[in-house]
Amino acid sequence: MIQGSVCTGLNDLLKEVEQLNLKGSLDLNDTIISSIYKKTEIITAEVVTSYGKPKIDWDKKLDDILTSKIFGFPSMILLLTAVFWITLAGANYPSELLATALFEGQERLTDLFKWFHAPVWVNGLFVEGIYRCLAWVVSVMLPPMAIFFPCFTVLEDMGYLPRVAFNLDNLFKKAGTHGKQSLTMSMGFGCNAAGVISCRIIESPRERLIAMLTNNFVPCNGRFPTLIVLSSLLVAGIATFFGATLIVVGIVLFGIAMTLTVSWVLSKTLLKGIPSSFTLELPPYRKPQVGRIFTRSIFDRTLFVLRRAIFVAAPAGAIIWLLANIHIGNASILAHCANWLNPLGQMLGMDGHILMAFLLGLPANEIVLPILIMSYTATGSIIELNSIEALYQLFVMEHGWTWLTSVCIMLFSLLHYPCGTTIWTIFKESGSSKWTVLSVLIPLVISSFVCFLVAQSARLLGLV
Amino acid sequence: MALTNQPVDYVIALAGNPNTGKSTVFNALTGLNQHTGNWPGKTVHLAGGKYTYKGLIFKLIDLPGTYSLMANSADEQVARDYLCFGKPDTTVVVVDATCLERNLNLVLQVFEITSKVVVCVNLVDEAKRKKIHIDFRSLAGKLGVPVVPTAARRGYGLDTLVETISGVASGRIITSPCMVKYEEEIEEAVRKLEPDIKKLVGDVFNTRWLAIRLLEKDKTAIEALEQWLNKKFAFLPGLEA
Amino acid sequence: MNNKNDCPADRVITLYDLPVGNTAIVDSIQAEGMTRRRMMDLGLVPGTRVETLRISPAGDPKAYRIRGAVIAFRKEEALKVLIDFKGE
Repeated sequence: MIQGSVCTGLNDLLKEVEQLNLKGSLDLNDTIISSIYKKTEIITAEVVTSYGKPKIDWDKKLDDILTSKIFGFPSMILLLTAVFWITLAGANYPSELLATALFEGQERLTDLFKWFHAPVWVNGLFVEGIYRCLAWVVSVMLPPMAIFFPCFTVLEDMGYLPRVAFNLDNLFKKAGTHGKQSLTMSMGFGCNAAGVISCRIIESPRERLIAMLTNNFVPCNGRFPTLIVLSSLLVAGIATFFGATLIVVGIVLFGIAMTLTVSWVLSKTLLKGIPSSFTLELPPYRKPQVGRIFTRSIFDRTLFVLRRAIFVAAPAGAIIWLLANIHIGNASILAHCANWLNPLGQMLGMDGHILMAFLLGLPANEIVLPILIMSYTATGSIIELNSIEALYQLFVMEHGWTWLTSVCIMLFSLLHYPCGTTIWTIFKESGSSKWTVLSVLIPLVISSFVCFLVAQSARLLGLV
Repeated sequence: MALTNQPVDYVIALAGNPNTGKSTVFNALTGLNQHTGNWPGKTVHLAGGKYTYKGLIFKLIDLPGTYSLMANSADEQVARDYLCFGKPDTTVVVVDATCLERNLNLVLQVFEITSKVVVCVNLVDEAKRKKIHIDFRSLAGKLGVPVVPTAARRGYGLDTLVETISGVASGRIITSPCMVKYEEEIEEAVRKLEPDIKKLVGDVFNTRWLAIRLLEKDKTAIEALEQWLNKKFAFLPGLEA
Repeated sequence: MNNKNDCPADRVITLYDLPVGNTAIVDSIQAEGMTRRRMMDLGLVPGTRVETLRISPAGDPKAYRIRGAVIAFRKEEALKVLIDFKGE
């Protein structure tokens, strides 16, 4: 078929359509859909029978609570708190077990190297550097990550997320964003990269960008352990799990508020436009397959974290050890860097070591805390892994932390740039280097500003 | 897995409203044999997977969940274009047993594009809980295609589904889907257009469906048709082995 | 817009004004373009039964039962659907 004749064939057809001159196309569409639905009504009426109502309308009962005026928002916060509490409490015992086992392992490895008469630097690099960082990630970071994800998946599986969208829709509408952003934001709790990918459900490019750029403001799985440890430190001695849980919940709520605020600003400045419509369906609740979810999810997550630990944490541990043990002039490279960054760190309520940890933690959020600990202990003092008392000793006693330091680290962790994987995902999804760079700069500027504000205010008010 | 490299015998499209458990059916049938790919030119995700039945290899394409095929969104356009131009050997429409009336809208629209359809009524356990009873035999009779009740989460009905898909794909089961009759004015216009459309596209597409799309002045359909005519149509993932 | 306190009779009001727990029949869709097509695709065509189920704790949207499914519509959308309400 020659191109020409084919095209004329189509054009002739279109002309014929014009000539037939039926009512306007929109009316036509109306008629067609109405006819289709009439037919579905007829078929359904003859084929479906309802033989009574079930004893308890669970959907209605649950929705009456979860989306009611009085209990709607409180129940959302309560569920969030419950998930964090389960994660905190549930991770505690496995963490201890792993820490003890791995610490034992560290001793054995050191003995082994000694037995081989290995040079000191080998023991240093492999045991104090790589092994220790790995051990930290596995014992402190892995258990909460492995428990939080299934909890979240259970909520998703039972059909709760559309209810979250239903409750929060008005807020997101006022912030000038797409209603489905509440869903993509929720996905960000599991993993920011996954949250960014989930933004595909938002059709309009403008609103999808807003959702992608702000996904970072809810703490992902990798940042939770950091928040949990730091909030435990804050309440050390006063209250235990519950106090820490409340602080984490507070941080998360702040993150959500930040998401809405930044979305609003973006929709009024860089990403102006008309909001688009969408369909929110509230499907019936389903009994979540808790057993299956937990077993598969814990297995999946553990593998995922372990794999990341090997590819990211191990090299990071090696780098830290090298930086701490290679000396230039009268101090190690690490000390030089930390000192150089210290003034900036102090302004933001933190210190040079902490900033370095955040910088080196770009590839994966869960290694920030381990890197920090290693950075502080790089000169060789061996501390017991995963005991709040020991951490307190290290941070507060030896390095002068105050409550302000903990708070600023938590705020910075919440608001700072996305992790390497997420940045790469944003680039792939948006196809634009401009927006990818902005996705890093915007959170960085905001987090620095917030920490600066909090630190200076606290000092000015004499609270520190 | 070995399946990834073997030639495919049949390509099956999986369509349905959102929230019908379509993904559960997809996962149950394909197990670990899945990969995801992007539809060329759009940012919509198409998941594909394979399974075997009686020595035959089936490729299953999970179309995005859509409420209709009127191309109101990128999702719907992708689904519609795949069914129309991708020409799967069988289309399985997954419907929600607790919400049949709304779900049948999509089924009837699919019938206008292709006649090799299997209707999978999923979530029958939920329907039972809500004391909803469906006469599946009668439904199959009225629709003119096989109807398979399933509760994919529990694995119920999946064997029958696989067998039925195979039957329709191989031609062993003949389908004659019911058609929606529109107002006389529309039907007359369709009758006038069909022969001319047939001259242009032959037997490749359902002329009735095309006629209605042209009458509706459906821009995306006209564009897609034009591209097809110019043989410029993008390479479709379902067509590869 | 608020005619909830008028004397009960067959009257045409917007979907938004349908009180929670009440059912009505769709009279016409005033929305245009994509919103109109979306609504109709969901089964909201003249002659359909609709029931208002609940309101979001934030005041908007409201959830409606349409042909067996529960769909949420924002105020500006629900205002564009006219229904035949047989008041009590």
